[in-house]
Amino acid sequence: MELTTIWFLLVAVLFTGYFILEGFDFGVGMLLPVLGRDDRERRVLINTIGPVWDGNEVWLITAAGAMFAAFPEWYATLFSGFYLPLLLILLALIARGVAFEYRHKRPEASWKRRWDTAIVVGSLLPAILWGVVFANILRGVPLDADHEYVGGLVDLLNPYALLGGATTLALFATHGAVFLALKTTGDIRERAGALAVRLGAGAAVLAVGFLTWTLSIRSSAAAVVLAVGAALALLGALAAARVRREGWAFTGTAVAIGLAVATLFAALFPNVLPSTLDAAGTLTATNAASTPYTLKIMTWVAVIFTPIVLAYQGWTYWVFRKRIGVGNIPQH
Amino acid sequence: MDALDVARWQFGVTTVYHFLFVPLTIGLSVLVAILQTMWHRTGNERYLKLTKFYGKLFLINFAMGVVTGIVQEFQFGMNWSDYSRFVGDVFGAPLAIEALVAFFLESTFIGLWIFGWDRLPKRAHLASIWAAAIGTNLSAYFILAANSFMQNPVGYRINPDSGRAELTDFPAVLTNKVALITFPHTLAGSFLVAGSLIVAVGLWHVIRNRDSADTGAYRFATKFGSWVVLVASAAVLFTGDIQGKIMTDVQPMKMAAAEGLYTTESPASFSVLTIGSLDGTREVFALKIPYLLSYLGTGDPHGTVHGINDLQAQYATQYGAGSYTPIIPVTYWSFRFMIAFGMAAGAIALLVLWSQRKGRSPSSRWLLRAGLAMPVLPLLANSFGWIFTEMGRQPWIVFGEMLTRNGVSRSVSLAEVLTSFAAFTLIYATLAVIEVKLLLRYARAGVPDVSEEHPIDDTTDDAERPLAFAY
Repeated sequence: MELTTIWFLLVAVLFTGYFILEGFDFGVGMLLPVLGRDDRERRVLINTIGPVWDGNEVWLITAAGAMFAAFPEWYATLFSGFYLPLLLILLALIARGVAFEYRHKRPEASWKRRWDTAIVVGSLLPAILWGVVFANILRGVPLDADHEYVGGLVDLLNPYALLGGATTLALFATHGAVFLALKTTGDIRERAGALAVRLGAGAAVLAVGFLTWTLSIRSSAAAVVLAVGAALALLGALAAARVRREGWAFTGTAVAIGLAVATLFAALFPNVLPSTLDAAGTLTATNAASTPYTLKIMTWVAVIFTPIVLAYQGWTYWVFRKRIGVGNIPQH
Repeated sequence: MDALDVARWQFGVTTVYHFLFVPLTIGLSVLVAILQTMWHRTGNERYLKLTKFYGKLFLINFAMGVVTGIVQEFQFGMNWSDYSRFVGDVFGAPLAIEALVAFFLESTFIGLWIFGWDRLPKRAHLASIWAAAIGTNLSAYFILAANSFMQNPVGYRINPDSGRAELTDFPAVLTNKVALITFPHTLAGSFLVAGSLIVAVGLWHVIRNRDSADTGAYRFATKFGSWVVLVASAAVLFTGDIQGKIMTDVQPMKMAAAEGLYTTESPASFSVLTIGSLDGTREVFALKIPYLLSYLGTGDPHGTVHGINDLQAQYATQYGAGSYTPIIPVTYWSFRFMIAFGMAAGAIALLVLWSQRKGRSPSSRWLLRAGLAMPVLPLLANSFGWIFTEMGRQPWIVFGEMLTRNGVSRSVSLAEVLTSFAAFTLIYATLAVIEVKLLLRYARAGVPDVSEEHPIDDTTDDAERPLAFAY
């Protein structure tokens, strides 16, 4: 396989991993006011993702870093072209990350309320915006012959991209509810399970609509198979959630999100950022790539370190595998 | 004012801000790990208290370092896309490796450390803080290797067809002599901050909180921190000295700009301060140390240090007409502030140690004030150091290869970059106030009571046990 293809796959895997992992902690964040009725319950919710959210976010940093190293043109055009959505995502991630750490640092209710708002908004915004960004990557954006973005903000807010945003929002909310049903005990678990079913139904409708639209824009045999797989996994997750098989439900939403992201990348390949203007502006895995020497070095680094990272991150999930409930929250 | 100026201001502000938190993360992660190791080794509760106490301060700071770091990575593409295109082949690699090798390690094990207090076996928990500390320090190495390429590009060639830098020798990039010396210099500067914070907080409790049952712990912390500051000061001086010579070799204009030296001199003197026009073209009074600049730059008291005018003429011939001179008042004064603020912390650490000699307990209000100023001094020194090294490289973004003005994103409008600059400044300023207040609150609260803590016991049911260090 060509090095550029390998790196296209690796970038796809990193973003897929990011959306599966941070997808549920975005979900937990946005469901904070829905499922957390008092402070202790909200603390239970936050503590289900407490040990892992930061590690989850590093998937994004690594994905962006890999894109920079392997496809500098892609990174440069995408990040400068999608300036305002990415700015909003950054601001949201800043507010949310600090909120997790600072929320419990003072006892006043007003203090906690403010950070709760930061967590909710900081989770909702990226959940929508990532959908908008990736839908636009697939759909293509106006790029001139120098691969320079020549559109405006309105070009990014087309109906297809907005549906993409609604889809990721619904998927992450469902994923978060399923995760909470899996990781909590008692009343919260019950409510999270019931909510997951309701959210999941909406997410399934949106996801099927979005993936169908996606395949009508550009498609490949692999993309069709992956899209069907994503839909089936989501339906399976819904069925499992209905009968409260929480482990299976979580596996289902994780696989569904993974396959949905994979569908986008499979439909996109070999392009990485198509131009809606002149075809010469289109960035591909070939014309956006670094030199073979850089890709080779990066491949070695990835081959050695990715398994190590997966091993210790997996171990973290194992260490914190137990469910938690209000009984685990200290009084002060 | 155009988009380029605002993009530069934004990069400057967000980077200096980010680096207010990074040194504490780098230094405190290791120092907290050392304290926890001491507890582990001796079983003395004092060290456990200090681990938890400074660990809390560490975490309040850590969060800020993490969230402001993502901005840095995104900003290259968002605001400096032509720079990213030009150097991506070389510069992207250390950044990606930093994320994969260092950030995962740091963030995953920090999570394990925060939430693992009564979940993990003691040894595994101790290993977690060390893993996080190693990750943090490793990340500094990779990002400094990337930055060093901008100061002294090595291991690459320019592709004549695309006009881009292409990596030809990755080991050369990682062993760039600028990177090899900047790394220890930055670490030393970071430990200066971390040690100073430990002293300041400890000393406050020693003097203000005399009747505390934990005075022994605070006294220990004060001494421990002071020694860290002293060793770090020595390391800063030692590495800074070597760095000055490497800088004179690879970026002679930066050294000339550090002194405001217009004409080539041998020997050259170093001015401690100059009163006159800000750019040093006209001086009314200057306090000069003869031979010192020659020594700093070349290691030889009679060595030749090239002046700005000669270098400017040389570069104009080499690279074409234009100004290749940095803004002299900025480089001249930031260089001096870096040295002065950095060394002041070391001097205060000596005073603090002296005040506690042979078991004495210090009570001087002046000593307390000086001690409380300590963490601010090396923070300023670090900031001025970065301002010096980045402003001293101008007008280049990659020395000798690309001008800063050619690196900016062409597709980002003035309105967009003004929006982001305003948004970052606003959120950063707000968070700074919140962070400092929290640090003060937790510093004042003092060491926690650890008497109720019990070691991990597999027989109790987790479902009933409150979690330690929970959010």
